[in-house]
Amino acid sequence: MNKHFGELHVLRDINLDVARGEVVVVIGPSGSGKSTLCRAINRLETIDDGQIMIDGEVLPAEGKALAKLRADVGMVFQSFNLFAHKSILENVTLGPIKVKGMKGGEAKELAMSLLKRVGVDNQAQKLPAQLSGGQQQRVAIARALAMKPKVMLFDEPTSALDPEMINEVLDSMVALAKEGMTMIVVTHEMGFARKAADRVVFMADGQIMEEATPESFFTNPQSDRAKDFLGKILSH
Amino acid sequence: MENYLSLFETYDVPAAFWVNIQLSFWAAIFALVIGTVLALFRISPIPSLQWFGAAYVNIFRNTPLTIILAFGFLGLFSVMQVSLAGDLNASLFRIAIVGLALYHAAFVCEAIRSGVNTVPLGQAEAARAIGLGFLPAARLVILPQAFRGAIAPLGNVLIALIKNSTVAAAGSVATESSSLMKTMIEFRSDLVIPIFLTFALGFVILVIPIGLLTTWASRKLAVAR
Ligand SMILES: Nc1ncnc2c1ncn2[C@@H]1O[C@H](COP(=O)(O)OP(=O)(O)O)[C@@H](O)[C@H]1O
Ligand SMILES: [Mg+2]
Repeated sequence: MNKHFGELHVLRDINLDVARGEVVVVIGPSGSGKSTLCRAINRLETIDDGQIMIDGEVLPAEGKALAKLRADVGMVFQSFNLFAHKSILENVTLGPIKVKGMKGGEAKELAMSLLKRVGVDNQAQKLPAQLSGGQQQRVAIARALAMKPKVMLFDEPTSALDPEMINEVLDSMVALAKEGMTMIVVTHEMGFARKAADRVVFMADGQIMEEATPESFFTNPQSDRAKDFLGKILSH
Repeated sequence: MENYLSLFETYDVPAAFWVNIQLSFWAAIFALVIGTVLALFRISPIPSLQWFGAAYVNIFRNTPLTIILAFGFLGLFSVMQVSLAGDLNASLFRIAIVGLALYHAAFVCEAIRSGVNTVPLGQAEAARAIGLGFLPAARLVILPQAFRGAIAPLGNVLIALIKNSTVAAAGSVATESSSLMKTMIEFRSDLVIPIFLTFALGFVILVIPIGLLTTWASRKLAVAR
C-alpha cells in the first residue's frame, strides 16, 4: 500500500504478510511511518492505494462492514486511551456488549477473566485515572482481547510509561505471544523483540528497509540505515 | 411601602414569572435535543450534515431573537395560519417555545461542541478500534464526556434563555413578566423604580442558583484524565 499526507509520501510500497500466530516487531526512527502503518491496518487512517486483508477478507473502506472487521483487529495505543468516564470493568465489557451483543453477565465474566490474566482484576471498579500507567495499559490490552481479535496491533505500548512499569506490560505481551496471538508490535524494546518476536521489520522513510529474525537483525543488520539506527539506540 | 405592597394585590407577579419559567423549561428541553442533534451533525463524517449544522448555527446565532419570534407570531401564525393549539393563547405560547428553542439550539450546539473539544481524539479512536460505528461511539463515549465538559457553557445558555424568555412579549405572550412590568409601569408611574427593581430582582433570584449549580456540577462531574 501507499499513503500520502499531502506532499509527504508517508508509506511507500509497503508489502507485509503476517502469518497466523506470528509476532512481528516493527522498529525504526521516529517519523518513519510506524504509527501510520498500524493505524492504516485498522483504517484509523485511509490509504491511497493497495489493500489490507485480514484472514482473507479485504478491509472495507467504511460503514458497518468496516466496523465489524475492525473488531477483529485489536489496537493498543501509546497513550492507553481508556474510556475516561467508565470503570475498568465497563471499559472491557463495552465492546462485547455493544458490538457483539453479548449479555451483560457473560461479558462481565469474560472481562473479569481477562483482567485477571493481565493482573488488574482487583481494580475493576475504579476509574482509569485512578490507575498507574502500567495498569491502564494492561487494561487496554484486556479491552482489546475482549473482542477476541484475530490480530493485535501495539503502537509503542510502553513508551509513555515510567521505566518501572514497562516490564509488567511487556510480560503480559510476551504471555500473549506465547499463547499464539498474531501480533504486530511497534517497539524499541529489544528485550521483547528477542524474547517474543518471530521477525523484525525495520522501517525508515516510509519504507520497509529490512526484515530478519531478531537475532540476525540486532547482531548483523544489513542496511546502513539500520546500522546507523541501532548504533544510536544501543549507545544509550 | 403600603403603596408598593398594594401592587402585589392588584397584579399577580409570581404568576407572570411562572409563565417565564414554563417558557424556559420547555424551550430548554427542546433546545437541548435540537442542539445535541446539530452537534452530532457538525462532528459527523458526512459533509452534507456538517454543512447543515454549520449553516443552521450561523443563521440562528446571527439573527436577533426578536426577529425570529416576530416571524413566528406574525409570519407563521397570522399570515400562514400555522396553529399549534386549539386556543389562541396556547398557540402563541407554543410558538414562543418553538422560537426560543430554535434560537437557543444554535448556542447549545456550540456549547456541546466546545465540550467535544475537551475529549481527547484518542477516545474516539479507541471507540472505533473496538468496532463501534459513529453513532454508538458518539452516544457511549464522546457525548457523555462532552456533556460533562460542557456543563458550564450549557448553564450560560440556560441563563440567557431564561432572560430571553421575556422577548416572548414581542410576540404577545402578554402574561409573561416583562409584559406585566410594562402594564404595571403604565398604571403606576409613581412606582416606576420599585417596579423595575422587583422584576430585576426576580430574574436575579431565578438565575443565580443556576450559575451556582452549574459551577458546582461542572467541578463535581469533571472527567478525571
Ligand atoms: N495526521 C497527520 N497529518 C500529517 N502528517 C502526519 C500525520 N500523522 C503523521 N504525520 C507525519 O507522517 C510521518 C510519519 O509519522 P508516524 O507514522 O507517526 O511515524 P512514527 O510512528 O514512525 O514515528 C511523520 O513525518 C509525521 O509528521
Ligand atoms: Mg509513532
